[in-house]
Amino acid sequence: MKRIKKAFTGLKSLAVGLGVTGRAFYAKNVTVIYPKEEVDNLASYRGHVELVGKEDAPDVPKCVACGSCAKACPSNAFTILCPVPPKEGEAASDPPVMGPAPQRGAKTPSKFILDFSLCSLCGQCVKTCPTKGLRFSNDPYLVSFTREDLKLDLLARLHSQAANSQPVPVPDTESVDK
Amino acid sequence: MHDAFDSAIRGDLSSARFEPGPTEDKLILSMGPQHPSTHGVLRIMLELEGEYILRAEPILGYIHRMHEWMAEQKTYLQFIPNMGRVDYLHAMAWNWAYAGAVERLAGIEVPERAEYIRVAVTELNRISSHLVWWGAYLLDLGAFTPILYAFDDREQILDILQSATGSRLTYSYITIGGVYDDVPDDFRERCIEFVNRLRSRLPMYRDLVTDNVILRGRCEGIGVLPVDMARRYGATGPVLRGSGVASDVRRCEPYGVYDRFEFRVPTYPEGDAMARYKVRLDELEASCDIVEQVVSSLPEGPVTAKVSRVFKPPKGEACMAVEGARGKILVHVRSDGGLKPYRVKLRAPGFSNMSLFSELAQGVLLADAVSILGSLDLVIPEIDR
Repeated sequence: MKRIKKAFTGLKSLAVGLGVTGRAFYAKNVTVIYPKEEVDNLASYRGHVELVGKEDAPDVPKCVACGSCAKACPSNAFTILCPVPPKEGEAASDPPVMGPAPQRGAKTPSKFILDFSLCSLCGQCVKTCPTKGLRFSNDPYLVSFTREDLKLDLLARLHSQAANSQPVPVPDTESVDK
Repeated sequence: MHDAFDSAIRGDLSSARFEPGPTEDKLILSMGPQHPSTHGVLRIMLELEGEYILRAEPILGYIHRMHEWMAEQKTYLQFIPNMGRVDYLHAMAWNWAYAGAVERLAGIEVPERAEYIRVAVTELNRISSHLVWWGAYLLDLGAFTPILYAFDDREQILDILQSATGSRLTYSYITIGGVYDDVPDDFRERCIEFVNRLRSRLPMYRDLVTDNVILRGRCEGIGVLPVDMARRYGATGPVLRGSGVASDVRRCEPYGVYDRFEFRVPTYPEGDAMARYKVRLDELEASCDIVEQVVSSLPEGPVTAKVSRVFKPPKGEACMAVEGARGKILVHVRSDGGLKPYRVKLRAPGFSNMSLFSELAQGVLLADAVSILGSLDLVIPEIDR
């Protein structure tokens, strides 16, 4: 008798389980098949940071080369270079010697490199920027075979964005194919 | 042949204490893979007599990343992203524990809206953590389908959290003095929608899994944990509540604004794997209740207090306990008045809970040990830190 009861509860479990999975079998497919389809909620995604252009001149960054983002970064992902002012009594060299920001007299960065292979997307740089000159991009499709490709030149990115007024994915497919 | 196998398996320091036995059936087994690319796996040395476990010893340290030491090398704000990496499933609770400890140290008053948002995102994160546990536990027990349903629901949470925090797993959202950014305008609607969805799914979970005879056979009466043993090992969270102790940091020493919300602290007195399972499933409902209350009474106002860019708390020490998905998380920060913390101690609930495994696994079948291990809900990066 006990055995029959046990078999009956087992069969009931089986029927209930099959009922649940059977309903799911006919439900709408929820998986996004990635390479063929893409997800549609990237507007809120916080990707790597990028420079913000001035309102009146979109290819000039708001950045004042103060270096606080580089200082706030937990993983030293930023390389911001500005011309070093010549020492007293010395002539300015050509091309100028570059040094890490901040440099006296430099109000815009000459080079703004983000090493994305080090970045952990914590957003301390965006938070600390005094001019609100950094923002998150929403590009999750960064693929590369070398670490060098992930050293993103944010000034070049800003210029190309201003020229096309559309975000350009970096690195492009050619550098990936190399 | 036997000797070669023995020397290969007993070749390292941690397994040297396991000797080949006098009987034919005695077997030394290294359970669980270990490789640098498999982050978050646990290795357990087992001494078996046939299919019964005589002795089990977890071996730790494979993903020790020196989070506590790193804290001493970074400024207070720079250490925040580390917290999400300590426990990737309930990153918000760790985030909150650290931010809260530093706030107590520096005497920072957190705006009310930020406190409410913290509760909402932490509870959503707790639900997602429990869903991962639920799926992975059943996967350990041999059921494949539930993890797909669990991940379907978890995706909805991750979408909500992404809209608020910008990322899906390691958030760095709770910062010192508040939260990183305000929640989007449709946060409330999306939370309510999700809570209703999960509530409608829970009966299906119960039908499919909880009432299933196979699961009951694998969990009921397995790994019974008496209360005094749980106390001696310092077990917290669902493991302790599964032994009938209604201990929850949110209730015992309320932090943030938890004292303003009504929620149930589920306990089951049996102390077996099934009790721990039921506690977690009930916590899904409890968290849903909290989220619903938070988003329907979300006050207006700023989301972060003013914290100077060069943050230097005064000399002293502070600690903060938070109820994580796995138990009591405690962060102790000590400052010498400088830019960097003098010492940060992280108390991981998983470490104490895992220590119970050697005790619970003694004398059980190998397959039951898997069930016990899963019911403790271990996150290995958190244990090693």
